[in-house]
Amino acid sequence: MTEHPLYIAVLDGDARGARAAVEEALNAGADPQDLLSSYMIPAMDEVGKRFDDGEYFVPELLIAARAMKSGLELLRPLLAETGAKPVGTVIVGTVRGDLHDIGKNLVASMLEGGGFKVIDLGVDVAPEKFTAAINEHHPDILAMSALLTTTMPGMKTTIDVLKQDGLRDSVKIMIGGAPVTRRYATEIGADAFSESASGAVREAKSLLKL
Amino acid sequence: MMTGVCERAVDLGAPDLLVEFETLPPMTVDPQLGVTITNILATILHAVQARHGIKAALRLTPNDSRDHRRPPPMRSGYYWENMLRLFAAAGAAGADMLAIESTGGKEIHDDALMNADLEGIVYALGVLAPRDMSFLWRHIVQICNDTGIVPSGDTGCGFANTAMALASQKMVPRVLAAIVRVACVPRGLVAFNEGAVGPSKDCAYEGPYFKAIAGVPISMEGRSAACAHLSPLGNIPMAACDCWSNESVQNVRLLSAPAPVVSMDQLIFDCRLMNRASLDGREASLTLRRWLEESDALLDPQAYVLKPQIVFDISQQIVLQPTPYLQTRTAVLAAVEALKQGVKHNGLTLSAIELRWLDKLATQSAALPEDEDEFIALMMRKYKDSPYIPTEYGLPCT
Repeated sequence: MTEHPLYIAVLDGDARGARAAVEEALNAGADPQDLLSSYMIPAMDEVGKRFDDGEYFVPELLIAARAMKSGLELLRPLLAETGAKPVGTVIVGTVRGDLHDIGKNLVASMLEGGGFKVIDLGVDVAPEKFTAAINEHHPDILAMSALLTTTMPGMKTTIDVLKQDGLRDSVKIMIGGAPVTRRYATEIGADAFSESASGAVREAKSLLKL
Repeated sequence: MMTGVCERAVDLGAPDLLVEFETLPPMTVDPQLGVTITNILATILHAVQARHGIKAALRLTPNDSRDHRRPPPMRSGYYWENMLRLFAAAGAAGADMLAIESTGGKEIHDDALMNADLEGIVYALGVLAPRDMSFLWRHIVQICNDTGIVPSGDTGCGFANTAMALASQKMVPRVLAAIVRVACVPRGLVAFNEGAVGPSKDCAYEGPYFKAIAGVPISMEGRSAACAHLSPLGNIPMAACDCWSNESVQNVRLLSAPAPVVSMDQLIFDCRLMNRASLDGREASLTLRRWLEESDALLDPQAYVLKPQIVFDISQQIVLQPTPYLQTRTAVLAAVEALKQGVKHNGLTLSAIELRWLDKLATQSAALPEDEDEFIALMMRKYKDSPYIPTEYGLPCT
């Protein structure tokens, strides 16, 4: 696996190489699902591990995620034809009143790299916008971010609105951001918490028992 | 909080006190709220001044709220107009100085920083930010002149301190954060070119460059700001400071006193030490400066680029360039070279991963074109779908 050109291209963040490797493998009759699950997702797992071990920085995560995306563009139509679905669907957004998006964007990129379909609602997202998106996209997970102690309560407000609207049990909720703690996640009734982008992918997979 | 820190300053016999009030977004979006709080703070400060003779000043730093809309209109609209209202009311409310942490170019910079994309960083800091700051500071200086208060300075906080914070979390390389710090110098100089006179903002760790180039007094923070953010810059910022500052001390009760009072206590003792060294003459001052410098400089590239000799060397190269873009390009090239030389000859310690990144960034910096028009055209194509409005920076419509 680790010597396959597709694995190496994703690991090295080589978008052109990843695309070329996918094309070559498909021309040789490879199964699209096998390319995804045997090479691309393991490569992204390795990228996440290297980040956790301090061998990679975020820019390396992002270029690897872009290489993954580049290869996926070729695979997606074929996967759809075979009925294959993404690992899961995640709605992400920074809560109301908070304009910070560096961490949120990073989590979105890493989730995409991990094989999730990501719907990014952006920053300053009101609870009503989260609920509307849940009704429209039926995600597996809602991931909320906040950087400020003053905006963090927006996570609880959103969860409360989901409860009022009868949507709480339809979706798993994951939260993160500089001031957010596991204890806070428990207090407000979130299902998961992560303090890093790569950890968010692990938590998301764990929530979906993958 | 204000009463407590003023009382401590008086109790310890501090001769001078500069208090800064940085507004939270709602206090700028609703300028009357910012004015009311400024007035409360100024009333307390000026009463202490009148009663105890301490020389006191209040610096008001409205937050730059223009990015509340995305993409941000930088030169018109609701948020800009309310910022202007707060600037205009600052003097009458009791502020003595006006400052800002301007954010022009941050729409591009945030993403470029996360991708360690130097050309994007240079576009933000060398093209967009200076154009925005020229516009913004012309207004601030005019208002300050009209209302009789001091236009003090700006900071690359939203850029270089973001990089510093991300580097401390091991998200981006420290060498990148060091290069971004130096790349923030030309944008900061724009404020002084437009009429700001200092002291520069305390969170502008690039301040020593302002002092070297523009000759303005600078505020600095370092170990005194650990309550707000950890950094590898503990002592070295003190080596060239004119005002020594803390940062965002939360008003929590400690065993001795509330945290802001404790922090004031520590600042005053730091200042006593610096003033004592100064009283003992040039040699004593330089000895203290050397200790402050050498305790940090070789342990982190972000500290290394604040070494006075490095500051002088790079500043000399920056001032030879005629435009902010070329100054920023030079700042980046010179910072990369200084770090390389620091590792090779001067004992700067970098990990193998950081060295790998220094090589990558050296390659990127060498590709920055000398032709500014060519660079702008290239970047306008690269960022044609990005969340910023070129015309808000005086650039042509894409």
